[in-house]
Amino acid sequence: MGDVMTMRDVEARAAVAGIDLSNLDLDSIQLPPGEDFGIISDDEDVYQEEQLDFDTGFGNIIVVDHIPIVTREKFEKLEGVIRKIYNQMGVIKEDGLWMPVDPETEKTLGYCFIEFNTPQEAEQAKEKTNGYKLDRSHIFVVSMFDDFDRFMRVPDKWAPPEIKPYAPGENLQRWLTDEKARDQFVIRAGSDTEVFWNDARQLKPDLVYKRAFWTESFVQWSPLGTYLATVHRQGAAVWGGASSFDRLMRYAHPQVKLIDFSPGEKYLVTYSSHEPSNPRDANRIVINIFDVRSGKVMRDFKGSADDFAIGGAGGVTGVSWPIFRWSGGKEDKYFAKLGKNMISVYETETFSLIDKKSLKVESVMDFSWSPTDPILALFVPELGSGNQPARVSLLQIPCKEELRQKNLFSVSDCKMYWQSNGDYLAVKVDRYTKTKKSTYTGFELFRIKERDIPIEVLELDNKNDKIIAFAWEPKGHRFAIIHGDSPRPDVSFYSMKTAHNSGRVSKLDTLKGKQANALFWSPAGHYIILAGLKGFNGQLEFYNVDELETMATAEHFMATDIEWDPTGRYVVTSVTSVHHEMENGFNVWSFNGKLLYRILKDHFFQFLWRPRPPSFLSPEKEEEIAKNLKKYSKKYEAEDQDVSLQLSEQDREKRRAMKDEWEKWISEWKRLHEEGKLERQKLRDGEASDEEEEYEAKEVEVEEVVDVSEEVSFEYAS
Amino acid sequence: MRPILMKGHERPLTFLKYNREGDLLFSCAKDHNPTVWFADNGERLGTFRGHNGAVWSCDVSRDSLQLITGSADQTAKLWNVKSGNQLYTFNFDSPARSVDFSVGDKLALITTDPFMELSSAIHVKRIARDPADQSGKSVLVLKGPQGRINRAVWGPLNKTIISAGEDAVVRIWDTETGTLLKESDREIGHKRPITSLTKSTDGSHFITGSVDKSAKLWDTRSLTLIKTYVTERPVNAVAMSPLLDHVVLGGGQDASAVTTTDHRAGKFEAKFYDKILQEEIGGVKGHFGPINALAFNPDGKSFSSGGEDGYVRLHHFDPDYFNIKI
Repeated sequence: MGDVMTMRDVEARAAVAGIDLSNLDLDSIQLPPGEDFGIISDDEDVYQEEQLDFDTGFGNIIVVDHIPIVTREKFEKLEGVIRKIYNQMGVIKEDGLWMPVDPETEKTLGYCFIEFNTPQEAEQAKEKTNGYKLDRSHIFVVSMFDDFDRFMRVPDKWAPPEIKPYAPGENLQRWLTDEKARDQFVIRAGSDTEVFWNDARQLKPDLVYKRAFWTESFVQWSPLGTYLATVHRQGAAVWGGASSFDRLMRYAHPQVKLIDFSPGEKYLVTYSSHEPSNPRDANRIVINIFDVRSGKVMRDFKGSADDFAIGGAGGVTGVSWPIFRWSGGKEDKYFAKLGKNMISVYETETFSLIDKKSLKVESVMDFSWSPTDPILALFVPELGSGNQPARVSLLQIPCKEELRQKNLFSVSDCKMYWQSNGDYLAVKVDRYTKTKKSTYTGFELFRIKERDIPIEVLELDNKNDKIIAFAWEPKGHRFAIIHGDSPRPDVSFYSMKTAHNSGRVSKLDTLKGKQANALFWSPAGHYIILAGLKGFNGQLEFYNVDELETMATAEHFMATDIEWDPTGRYVVTSVTSVHHEMENGFNVWSFNGKLLYRILKDHFFQFLWRPRPPSFLSPEKEEEIAKNLKKYSKKYEAEDQDVSLQLSEQDREKRRAMKDEWEKWISEWKRLHEEGKLERQKLRDGEASDEEEEYEAKEVEVEEVVDVSEEVSFEYAS
Repeated sequence: MRPILMKGHERPLTFLKYNREGDLLFSCAKDHNPTVWFADNGERLGTFRGHNGAVWSCDVSRDSLQLITGSADQTAKLWNVKSGNQLYTFNFDSPARSVDFSVGDKLALITTDPFMELSSAIHVKRIARDPADQSGKSVLVLKGPQGRINRAVWGPLNKTIISAGEDAVVRIWDTETGTLLKESDREIGHKRPITSLTKSTDGSHFITGSVDKSAKLWDTRSLTLIKTYVTERPVNAVAMSPLLDHVVLGGGQDASAVTTTDHRAGKFEAKFYDKILQEEIGGVKGHFGPINALAFNPDGKSFSSGGEDGYVRLHHFDPDYFNIKI
């Protein structure tokens, strides 16, 4: 299929197949993911080399070294032993085992070659038996045959690496210096991926960069917004800059499915899952951790899906992403993975386990990192049918010291919510009622930054209310809960501080009967959107938590996603085609619920604001600015005014131009119409009336006598 | 604005046409009987019985004496408007869709759908003054476009024929030689099938509506794209006000998806746009199915819409409509 067909061939082929090409909507055709029908994308050339190697080389052959050296008598026995070992790894090809013999001594040479049916089997065999102890003096060293070439190519003498001259690159932070302090966002619709400025003043997006088939599945910003990652069949790539979006680095990982950045964007974790050759086996999973800037693989993890499936002893089928959760903070010091009865915590200096061993925690169900500090919160369910209580504990890393622990009884499930500064941790605890037939929910609130980490129990006014959503105010001390019955649940706001005693949680307000099922705090705090997504058709309520008042209510019909811009000035609601095929697109609102503009796009998949790195201002300075906002805002208000004046002027100008152009058309048409007058008259057999467009409505009054009847009335004088 | 609901059809409407004086409204539907109504009060005047399939479109002569209809029963028929009698039947080998009288009413064009091995075609017939002399012979047959031709109309002075259809291209044909003169640019033109095409009163420009959720305004002579009106729904019907600089788009999602969506999502609205500024001015709701047909009264003071729901809604504008400013 790789060869190029001319249009004529295509038409001929279509005719044979009985396809009407004109009926065919080419735009609606989408290649299945991972398939290109031989159409080579421009990214492929670099990877091609490696791919070819894999296909035509000796990828399915391994070399086993350090096997015993035996005489001819024992040859068959040894061959039997080796065959037995490697038959477990996969299917050895016929004549696939070759053990060379020294013709002089008639002894074996201590190594052999094994050819498997597939490269995957070979790789697996290499991984599993490298270091296999046959006996004390024979520890196998297994290599891929292909690797030999590489080993041979290593020069004997060390040569200093060539130092490339420094090539100045684009300032990757330049987008932050936009004069109008706008934010960028990326959207994916159809095959196009586009990056825009959100030009809220002009009430429209301003295109920065557009590229078709930029990614094969999705795009993702790095957490600080420096990079945009794209995903391809051969691996992931990152792009950066304010407007150029040059490719900065590629990360080879065939058939990569998922990616995840570390919070300080130093590392990129890529994940792929491969069908096993034996259908009874679990999928094979490959995870690579790359250094984002150098593109080097820092560590790889391979294994069957079972090894990565999490969820305590019971075992949840499936792998939850991200498998590796990063410790908070920009340092990217630790990352951890949940395993069976353990949590494996790695540190990034050596990319090995802390103290070389995993943290053993019997039946651990879940854990989460503090977003700022190296503190782990973990949850262990009840064990021994309730004899041993469930518990939530906080661990300090790397010393693995337990900071705080709380035992909980008759627990069915726990969920942990960290406040974004790591000041508070809320644990939502679902408990069984006495009859064990139903559950009710309470919260355990940890004050992490206070001495001894005090814990407070919060129960809702109505204990039996179901919790629909919970969300902390970013950087704040408040949180919101949606609770109650589904059609019209209540929304409550709480604060971790009270006016007099700062150590108590207090309720601020409860809003009754809201059509909401999700909470979206502004990243700057203070404001929240109570959203009724999906089932509630996209109801939106913009709420000011400081004043406890509703700023606006609106609807974005069938909205599926809500995203605040990183500054908390604007918010976007979108309808993606994943859930709903109609009216795909997005609306941009101001923080207080004013619709600024809306964009409709068919096959709309993704909307992502470009994140901003945290501000360098100290909290005091920020507070100072907030206090004197009037002073600072004056300048911008003037600017806004100018822009809006300019805008209306531009608008008027544009309208005038349009009207003028239209007038030109009209006069042209009039002239041509006049020219055709005689001819038209002839066509109409001389009918002179050529006034069909100057229609005159004449009102003709017609009086019609419908019915006349005589009535005689009598009047009696009384 | 309180619409007059005209319930005379049992199946979805397909086409609406006012006569020149604007006192009669002709409606076509998928039931087999084109109907004529009084355009001021919506009273039914009569039906034209004789077709044996959905009627796709009609045209009325300038003197309001003759009506031509194109039907899925593979015929186009000439009718006496006054009596409702059939005057002549043009037989084809595939469904007839679009019909249009030429300037002077001496010619009529009839388009036929692709059917079995037949490709779509535009037939030009001579219309005899006396129906007794009428013949079925074609003066000209135009073939070429792939897929169905949804609408074809005469250009200025009958020198050209403008066609548009499923292949999303607008074409201008020479009626003298039968050659293709112009094709709309695929880059700037419609991206999906064109569903409707309506000329301005003087024939100088026309508007096309398409499944690609837009309508476009073209110059009839040069086929220059002048304006584009973007909406949220596939456009099934378009109309231009003869009085004000307004265009109306009607549509709605595919009829097959109607039952699976909320009525609010359906958006079965007739949307008004400023013809020059291309901005939406307002909408008229009411149909509970997609709008398939739209027509303006030649006086520009009322318009009617026909829907998949089988209703014709006749709207007389309120006085404030004539003072809309944007």
